[in-house]
Amino acid sequence: MTRKFLVLSLLFSVFLLSFSVGSFAAGTEAEEGKEDPTGFIMHHIKDSHEWHFVTIGHTHVTLALPVITYSADRGLEFYTSSDFQNHETHKFGKEYAHNGIFIDDHDHLGRVDGGSILDFSITKNVVMLFLVVAFVLYVTLSAANHYKKNGAVAPKGAASFVEPIVIFVRDEIALKSIGPKYKKFVPYLLTLFFFIWTGNILGLLPGAANLTGNIAVTFTLAMITFVIVNVNGNKDYWKHVFATPGVPAALLPIMVLVEFIGLFTKPFALMVRLFVAITAGHIVILSFIALVFIFESYSIGVLSTIMVTFINVIELLVATIQAYVFTLFSAMYIGGAVAEHHHDDHH
Amino acid sequence: MFMLTSILLTAGFALMGAGIGAGLVAIGAGLGVGRIGGQAMESIARQPEAAGKIQTAMLIIAALIEVVALFAVVICLLIALNAGGIAFF
Repeated sequence: MTRKFLVLSLLFSVFLLSFSVGSFAAGTEAEEGKEDPTGFIMHHIKDSHEWHFVTIGHTHVTLALPVITYSADRGLEFYTSSDFQNHETHKFGKEYAHNGIFIDDHDHLGRVDGGSILDFSITKNVVMLFLVVAFVLYVTLSAANHYKKNGAVAPKGAASFVEPIVIFVRDEIALKSIGPKYKKFVPYLLTLFFFIWTGNILGLLPGAANLTGNIAVTFTLAMITFVIVNVNGNKDYWKHVFATPGVPAALLPIMVLVEFIGLFTKPFALMVRLFVAITAGHIVILSFIALVFIFESYSIGVLSTIMVTFINVIELLVATIQAYVFTLFSAMYIGGAVAEHHHDDHH
Repeated sequence: MFMLTSILLTAGFALMGAGIGAGLVAIGAGLGVGRIGGQAMESIARQPEAAGKIQTAMLIIAALIEVVALFAVVICLLIALNAGGIAFF
């Protein structure tokens, strides 16, 4: 039992325990949870113009985030979200309009005179996105620096964490799914894996934003995969879509339609899979926490905390698996696009 | 008055549908993942050396099936939240 082992195991236990703090951190939202469990759950799942950490008694500990709007006649405008809310209750509403702009209680930005306005605010999810990016960059760049300084040696520090994952993605995911042309796509797949994994795991911490459970984020990731797959599609790939070999001429129009729609359903499935897995996991955890406030009994509290800890650990596993599945399927679609057609195995 | 009861009835049916739907989804997910687990147990019994690989594959496929179930759960949740809102005006 070396000292390093003890320190590491202590840190790891604290890290693991922080996932169960989720059930304590929500403890001060008693009124809100009891009266409206749906609102309580949705508030933690959805994006928001402010970052609400905790409510102690009647004090809301929130971070007001910048609101950036653009409209053709008014131009680019910068506000802070506290301009648009009631200062005691921190609730948004149409009645707290400021300068002709309001944020309603569904967190939608609008203009009092009904004109069109675009919302480019730095919302909770955007801040979380920057945090995740900063984290991933820090870890991977530390690893890269280690190799730059020491050359191709056995890894130490951040590099020892990053290297097995990189080798796993490169060999098991990229090489196996894409084949000989895999090297070009490994950076993209690695970025995908690290970003989704970090976003999933950090989203489980109490007070964090639900980043990868936001359908706009998963839509963007799936769209990037879609663009990469179709830009790199070779002649055989497009022939399979628009002139599937081995199909009788009468069925060809239907096949073209089906294959064309298939181009879109695959990234769509990627998007929905990640969104649903993460959001549903968060909803389950939050439901168990809300249960404590609905029943307001000690025994339910104890049981609920145990369940929440257990489900949080499962969600850690789900976070990793969903990152792996997204990356693997992206690699498979890329592999399908760049595959060389072998004339010996005809359809 | 009659319209009031018919709105409440529709909302009631919607909530019932959401509840029954979620229950059926749970059955589907249970059957699917149970089958995966059963086949995995069998194959590990047949070839204990491959236990690690089989376990990994089992976990991944279980996650995929679970996501389909969760997709349906989200739809039931949406129905319940929207129908419940109309019922309790």
